[in-house]
Amino acid sequence: MEIDNFDFEFKPFEKMTDEDYAKIGFKSGLEVHQQILTEKKLFCRCPAGHYSDKYNAEILRHMRPTLSELGEYDGTALMEFKTKKEILYHINYETVCTYEMDDTPPFPMNDQALDIAIEISMLYGAHITDEVHIARKQYLDGSIPTGFQRTAIISVGGQIPYKDRFINVIQLSLEEDACREFSDIGHQRTYLTDRLGMPLIETVTAPEMRTPQEVADVNKIISQIARCTHKVRTGIGAGREDVNVSVRGGTRSEIKGVSHIEMIPKLTYNEAMRQWNLLRLREELKRRGITPDTFQAKYTDVTKLMRHSHFFPITQAISEGLSVKCIVLKGFRGLLHWQTQTDTYFSKEFSDRVRVIACLTTLPNIVHSDSQSEFIQSSEWSTLRKFTGSNEDDTLLLVWGSNQDTDTAAKEVIIRAKEATIGIPNETRQALEDCTTGFERILPGPQRMYPDTDLPPIVLKQERIDNIKNNLPIPFWEKKSYFQSLGLDEVTSDQLAVSKYSNLFQKLVNELKIDIQFTANVMINYPKKLKKHNLDFNAIEENDLYEIFKNFVNGKIPKESLFEIIRKTIINGKFSDELLPELCSQSELQAEIHQAIAELQSIKINNGQAKDKLLTAIVMKKLRYRANGNEVHKLITDILQKQEN
Amino acid sequence: MEEIASNNIATEDKELYKGYRSKALEVLKKYNAYIWSDIDLVTDEHTFQGIILPRSETSDEFHIVLKLESGYNIGILWNKVKDIKIKGRKEAHYLIPEKEFPYSPKMPRVKLFGTGGTIASRLDYRTGAVIPAFSPGELYGSVPELADICNLETEKLYGVFSENMGPEQWIGTAEAIAKEIERGVDGIVIGHGTDTMHHTAAILSYMIQDSPIPIVMVGSQRSSDRPSSDAAYNLIHSVKAAAESDIAEVMVCMFGPTSDMYGLLHQGTRVRKMHSSYRSTFRTIGDIPIAMINREKITPLRTDYRKRREDKNFKLAPYFDDRVSIVYYYPNMKPDIIDSLIDNGYLGIIIAGTGLGHVNKPLYPALKRAQDKGIAVFMNVQTLWGYAQMYVYDTGRDLMELGVTPLANMLPEVAYVKLGWVLGQTHNIDEVKKMMLTPIAHDITEREPSNGYLIFQGGIPEVEEFISKIKK
Repeated sequence: MEIDNFDFEFKPFEKMTDEDYAKIGFKSGLEVHQQILTEKKLFCRCPAGHYSDKYNAEILRHMRPTLSELGEYDGTALMEFKTKKEILYHINYETVCTYEMDDTPPFPMNDQALDIAIEISMLYGAHITDEVHIARKQYLDGSIPTGFQRTAIISVGGQIPYKDRFINVIQLSLEEDACREFSDIGHQRTYLTDRLGMPLIETVTAPEMRTPQEVADVNKIISQIARCTHKVRTGIGAGREDVNVSVRGGTRSEIKGVSHIEMIPKLTYNEAMRQWNLLRLREELKRRGITPDTFQAKYTDVTKLMRHSHFFPITQAISEGLSVKCIVLKGFRGLLHWQTQTDTYFSKEFSDRVRVIACLTTLPNIVHSDSQSEFIQSSEWSTLRKFTGSNEDDTLLLVWGSNQDTDTAAKEVIIRAKEATIGIPNETRQALEDCTTGFERILPGPQRMYPDTDLPPIVLKQERIDNIKNNLPIPFWEKKSYFQSLGLDEVTSDQLAVSKYSNLFQKLVNELKIDIQFTANVMINYPKKLKKHNLDFNAIEENDLYEIFKNFVNGKIPKESLFEIIRKTIINGKFSDELLPELCSQSELQAEIHQAIAELQSIKINNGQAKDKLLTAIVMKKLRYRANGNEVHKLITDILQKQEN
Repeated sequence: MEEIASNNIATEDKELYKGYRSKALEVLKKYNAYIWSDIDLVTDEHTFQGIILPRSETSDEFHIVLKLESGYNIGILWNKVKDIKIKGRKEAHYLIPEKEFPYSPKMPRVKLFGTGGTIASRLDYRTGAVIPAFSPGELYGSVPELADICNLETEKLYGVFSENMGPEQWIGTAEAIAKEIERGVDGIVIGHGTDTMHHTAAILSYMIQDSPIPIVMVGSQRSSDRPSSDAAYNLIHSVKAAAESDIAEVMVCMFGPTSDMYGLLHQGTRVRKMHSSYRSTFRTIGDIPIAMINREKITPLRTDYRKRREDKNFKLAPYFDDRVSIVYYYPNMKPDIIDSLIDNGYLGIIIAGTGLGHVNKPLYPALKRAQDKGIAVFMNVQTLWGYAQMYVYDTGRDLMELGVTPLANMLPEVAYVKLGWVLGQTHNIDEVKKMMLTPIAHDITEREPSNGYLIFQGGIPEVEEFISKIKK
């Protein structure tokens, strides 16, 4: 269908309505990556989850485009090869072995990881693969030293309940994590390898989310589904998502490596705006008579001409013996200032390409005649126009750097400009801090997948599948509605549903008849409180926790010392009766209260009403919570009343 | 006639359903679903859309392999298939783009022989393995830098994994090299699997003597279908060494460090594969490599190599008697090991002995028998580094009395091929001993420089300090 109506103009983020997104045909799908909790990595026996910036050795590699990705070595591919990066890997002996360095073939796939991937697949109601085939997915950016990622489909299909509908899952795969980028300057990129090879699952949804908020919502559900198994890693970097976005009449682009779900609405909004505005730009070009057939551009070396430029980066470059190239985009006047995203303009598309493909990484790396800035004086542009035989209707761009890099840059600028006459290029895009997106690389096709020749397929036996199925946790949304039915609010129910002790919760409430709100409070707030003490609530055994609550119900643990007992149990490794507080006797209690009252008499209290509470606090603290706060309070009020009478 | 017809059908089926057997084959046949068919495969749980791939012959007979639209492959159990709808056919072709190798009159002529291995390769869907690519056009398509170095001609001699190389291939390769030297090429490169590259390098050092031009063996440790392969650099380095170097020796050219930094040119008789998978697996043993090489330059590390010449006065000696064996000695070895070699008509035995060249006493009678039968027995050291010095201990002296001749610092594999080569020329035991002990192409060296044995021990502070400085 030919779309000819691009009238809609993007509003600020807050003003966009669901109808607006429907108008532009917003569509988004997710690829959610979650590291899973295994002891070791996926294809070798290195420890998983040990991070360190320290390194013992370095390895240098180059990535060469291979046949299966490109099919043919055309001029562009060769050019890319010539300007390619030197990739350095930092190697830490503790976290990396010769497998990750690509000097040893893979070891059989980690069974623990495979089981977890199957388990999570089952929670989606997915169809588990009968025979797992390990594939190689090519990455030329160097993020994996082999140049490919080992990955395998574990299941296809499945559904995620969302609002009044279901979001379809396309597939779930198990794959090895890539390196962490350390730096990327000029022709050298450096990676840390500690994360490399850790197992992660990738859940791919159909492009069925219709607004930016829906994308974030569904992402949250996906991460909760996995988290309710308690077999995925949590924390910074443990979950990352790629977000696919398209608008009506556009092309799918992929935003890579989004680390915070909260960023998703604005990111997808900006990416949708970018695509929509690029389509509008194409219409404008068409209006000016610029189509793929009539598009004209050229570039020239203007190093000599720019020797006395007022723009410091250029004169400095020339003094260092570098070159300046001037690109002329025929008829593009003003268009580099065409808005693409929030506070972002079409010129950014050029700057990004020049940075990534031509390795001119020091910004600014381009200047252009559509810019309102005073970087280059108008007299300079006039000279350049004369020299290049261009006129006021054309846009001029300047790039500076080594002769080879500026050649690459100029060619790339022309490629990107021509793409504007066609529409939206197929790209993977980076998520930037301001929630806009930047060019990362050209979107690779399915050709980059090919079978791993080092490992045979893995047949999944029915017995293994059944075993996992029999121990499957209840999906969190079922638990959530159960908690809501108990009268808990949505946020609390949500958090309880993914808690490790959500089953125990039911036991506590049903068998021990503990107050629901109180138990929920313990389950949700104690972990946060414990974290401040650098302790992990989840480290406590379920049986121990049950025992503690039993003692609580039997009055052996005052409410006030429950946290203390749990804290001690975690430090101790397990619960025992020795940890129980020695409750103080009535006489001791009476004595303490009277002493407190006596002490308080010497202090002037503004608010006489609060006297009982103040006294309770003093006594409780002194007794180190060896008494029940309510009882103490009651005793104090009785005594106070008697005194007043 | 009928039998032939049914045979034809069977062969045709084999092609149409490549790799499928038994249950999976029956299912595919039921729906006429050949390989490369674009299908909807229906099971109770799911409908899969994809292309039927050929099945690896080593995989089981119960699963059907589909390539999904995403590019991933999965296997589906035969008895889950409820229906297959065929939508079309899409055959995948993994071709290396061929481009005519450019000719420039000023460039040296290099001949590249192929024997197999993964120096250049493409994927084979049938086995899921890589198959070698080889023509100059294919090589130019994959490694265009080669055209900046030489005019390349190629000839495929064999297509075998290196473990299948043997006397027949060694002789064939030597004869092919001789022909090319006669034709006047400037250098020779031999693509070879890495596992036995050092065996072939050694035997070629004997079969081609006094070569006027470089003969360079090359391979890759990581197949060239991956972006980080060492194949391209190894190929560039070896072709450069063949075209430009003045080193007229049989050499192995492979990665120096594991990083993409430089290659090393190793003497064919002193080199050994030392790690099953590292890129930097080849090491010169008991000496230093002849030279370092990168894309820009060749840096000699030694000066005692034979220089390139204009003449064609070389010697072709394509002989081999394969009644030769290596015995890797271990404690408690029984004499029947030696006896069985004698009984099976072996003419030569290389012993890789312990330490300076020792075996246990129970072997003595068997060794005496070998001596009496005129079987040539030599001693090398399984420590690889160092000399067989059998006069140091009584055991050594006893063994020499039993006719066991120490071969100085010749490597055991080198001794093995040399002995086969010698026995291919004479069975006279004195003559055999004399030839074995006459150094050829540094297979025995008079002295071992102390930097000829450098195995850094990881963990030691000064080594770690060195590595953290040098890195890579």
